[in-house]
Amino acid sequence: MPLTLPISLLLIFAVSFAAPYLCRLLKDRSGWLLALAPAGAFTMLVMQAGAVEQGLPIVYHVDWFSRLGCAFSLRLDGLALLMALLITGIGALIVIYAGGYMHGHPRLGRFYLYLLSFMGAMLGLVLSDNLIVMFVFWELTSITSYLLIGFNHEDKASRWKALQALLTTGLGAMAMLAGFILIGVVTGSYSFSEINGMGDLLHASPWYTGIVILVLGGAFTKSAQVPFHYWLPNAMAGPTPVSAYLHSATMVKAGIFLMARLNPSLSGSGLWEYTLAIFGSITLILAVLLGLFQKDVKSILAYTTLGVLGVLTMLLGIGSEYAIKAMVVFLLGHALYKATLFMVAGSIDHETGTRDVTLLRGLRGLMPITALAGGLAALSMSGLPPFFGFIGKELIYKAGVKLAGVEMLFLGIALVGNLLMMGLALKAGVGPFFGKPNHDALPKKPHEAPPSMWIGPIILSVAGLVIGIFPFFVTGVLVSPAIASIQGTEIVHLDLALWNLVKPNLPLLLSGVTVLGGIFIFLLRTKFWRVADRVLAAIRPYGAEAMYERVFNGTIWLSKAQTRWLQTGRLHDYVFMIVLVTVGFLVWAILNYGGLQFEVDWSEFDLIMTGLVVIMIIATIVAVTATTYMTVLVSLGTIGFGVALIFVYYGAPDLAITQLLVETLTVVLFMFVISRLPPLKTISSKMVRFRDAILASSFGFLMMLLVLKAVNIQFNHAISDKLAAMSYPEAKGKNVVNVILVDFRALDTLGEITVIAAAALGIAALVSGKLIKRKGDTS
Amino acid sequence: MKYFILGFAGRLLFPCLILLSLIVLYRGHNLPGGGFIGGLMAATAYILIGIGSTMTEAKAKLHVDPVFLLAIGLAIAIVSGLPGMLGGGDFLTGAWLPTFSLPLLGKIHLGTPLVFDVGVYLTVIGFTLHTTFCLAELAQPENKEETD
Repeated sequence: MPLTLPISLLLIFAVSFAAPYLCRLLKDRSGWLLALAPAGAFTMLVMQAGAVEQGLPIVYHVDWFSRLGCAFSLRLDGLALLMALLITGIGALIVIYAGGYMHGHPRLGRFYLYLLSFMGAMLGLVLSDNLIVMFVFWELTSITSYLLIGFNHEDKASRWKALQALLTTGLGAMAMLAGFILIGVVTGSYSFSEINGMGDLLHASPWYTGIVILVLGGAFTKSAQVPFHYWLPNAMAGPTPVSAYLHSATMVKAGIFLMARLNPSLSGSGLWEYTLAIFGSITLILAVLLGLFQKDVKSILAYTTLGVLGVLTMLLGIGSEYAIKAMVVFLLGHALYKATLFMVAGSIDHETGTRDVTLLRGLRGLMPITALAGGLAALSMSGLPPFFGFIGKELIYKAGVKLAGVEMLFLGIALVGNLLMMGLALKAGVGPFFGKPNHDALPKKPHEAPPSMWIGPIILSVAGLVIGIFPFFVTGVLVSPAIASIQGTEIVHLDLALWNLVKPNLPLLLSGVTVLGGIFIFLLRTKFWRVADRVLAAIRPYGAEAMYERVFNGTIWLSKAQTRWLQTGRLHDYVFMIVLVTVGFLVWAILNYGGLQFEVDWSEFDLIMTGLVVIMIIATIVAVTATTYMTVLVSLGTIGFGVALIFVYYGAPDLAITQLLVETLTVVLFMFVISRLPPLKTISSKMVRFRDAILASSFGFLMMLLVLKAVNIQFNHAISDKLAAMSYPEAKGKNVVNVILVDFRALDTLGEITVIAAAALGIAALVSGKLIKRKGDTS
Repeated sequence: MKYFILGFAGRLLFPCLILLSLIVLYRGHNLPGGGFIGGLMAATAYILIGIGSTMTEAKAKLHVDPVFLLAIGLAIAIVSGLPGMLGGGDFLTGAWLPTFSLPLLGKIHLGTPLVFDVGVYLTVIGFTLHTTFCLAELAQPENKEETD
């Protein structure tokens, strides 16, 4: 049913806005109730799985900006279903978990608001069939994740890291939008499903390289590929449920999702394949190497997430059928065990008060359920049979052994990456629970976490085991349709049975090497910790984060420098600049229209007007040379009334009346403040005044030229005549000026009165500031 | 009262000026005038009171905060753009009532452009008076507190 898609989205968003009120009523038990929203969405989406499995995507379509090719269209195909189920399913468990983790937190309601909005945005992102709609949801995930990462906003570091994530992903999203628009230009469509049928058109286009680079700019920043990987470990600043959610199923997978989504149309070129494979493998290696030196459970997990994102990107780049299979299986397996491990890490932190793996030992006796979940997840992550992680890793090796030549390198990278990742998995998921307990070294006396905090980890880790033993639970419904979406093909039958994989061949041998190597790394862990601080401090200045800081500080420096230079705060400079620029444009315009040639019709010479103009010129000279405000005011008034008289003389009564009123009011208003102004003084040097005089005279001269030329050049006669002719029949008004103001160009007038209103508020702000200051002085 | 004659004249002239501004507002569609000019005239009437006696009295005569007039004026202008859309036109398309006649005033055309002009009229009054009142308050000698 197509309506399922918007309903599930609306449900989550609606509940997110209700969350703060619910939390006020139910306190931290509200998590159980709020979880019903994602759970409901999950159920609704699962019910669509049958159709998706048949290769019949669910489509919901509403016209939005149809002239721009932007329709609000949602589409549930295999890939979208897989992602949507992860988002809502894990989302529901995270919501429950957060209720326990944030127990008694005063801002729990706000937290749920952010979390559920993020969930809705993420769901919208994966369901969108329109590039622009997806972009909107993409940005919404950036903003909501900013709020989540920076949730502990009293902490300066937390704010800085949240901003880092926002700026990095936001900048990438800008590039991505440009790429989307180029895609729209080339294909004439903004619909994913249509674009994916037009791969040849895109490949033949001269914009292809640009499109790939720009789109990958978005995907790489969001999915934290090198050199944008720095924001992801820093995003640990958020509360643990946030990390668990962002890292397992959502935020960081968005970039992977985008690449997978566009894979049918953009893949198949060396540019796409090698870029993805190379950046993915660098990310993988860098992440696991950095991960070795981490001591914080959450940090270790963050670096393994980075590594997994590298693997997924690399597999997309390799792009063979096995690679895509491996990618989907790995993505699913990772979501299950990573969410578990993060939640377990959060529980450990919550119950013991520390996340330092050098202190955590032997907790299994005190936290048996958490230990069970953590252990199962760590084993799945290690890729041991019969866990689902094993299938993923086997498929990676199967894809790897099919490569030839230089590309074999990627197999080696995958092996090293997996091996180290297994070491990290044991370190984070197993290490804290085994060994000799030393509970005295812990800040808090540990005990088992409340049910809300172990139910999620247990469900997810057991799921990883069950679908490992019986992969047919998910292959037909989830994995095959997703593979089909990524490859852009019909749905193929897929057999992932465990006993088919356990055969004495090269991939199994590689798995064995991985296990032994992983255990070896795990046993060596203390060696790495000993040198960790020194190593990390030594490489930091050359890292990507240092680069980010340089760019960040450089931007601020640049903006400050140009502000200092352009925004001096002196009215004199502003006016000078405005007049100078205007003079420049005027010279350019006059040269463009025949230079100094013009005709003057001396027969219309008029003695009265000449007299008036002479009076105005004298008034101008008086105004410039005057030494008291009163003189300035009177001479400016003379000029103003002179202008009004000119209007009257040439038959523009509306203008004349307005001019008279405005002049009068200006003089009156000036009288109020004149007594408060400091005496007129000459503060600029002679040189400056000379410069200003030249500029002012040339401005005046140019204006004269412009008027003389304007008499001769008539761009378009029709406008004024047409407006005058239309005035009465169309707008029932005989006063053309007024009809233009209130009818023909009413929108302009509306803009103008809005500006007037804004200016009034600005004046109020300026004056009230002065008044408050004065009151402060007297009291 | 600061200036007896000016204050007295201001009070006498005030209703006339307001009436005049309304006439100017109404006739603007066919003859010189309109919301902008009308608004300035009405504002002048209040300022005349303000100069002749006190700004406090001018404020009291206005009854509402000028900022309120600004807001109402803008709102009226925006709302006047909506009826035209009902007929399928764009925002701010003019929509007219059927023409009818009244004694003294003759033929009457009533339509959304006039409503729009009323919005302009109120916004201009609001702006001018708001600015005037602000500046007048600022212009008060420092040692004297506002007495109202």
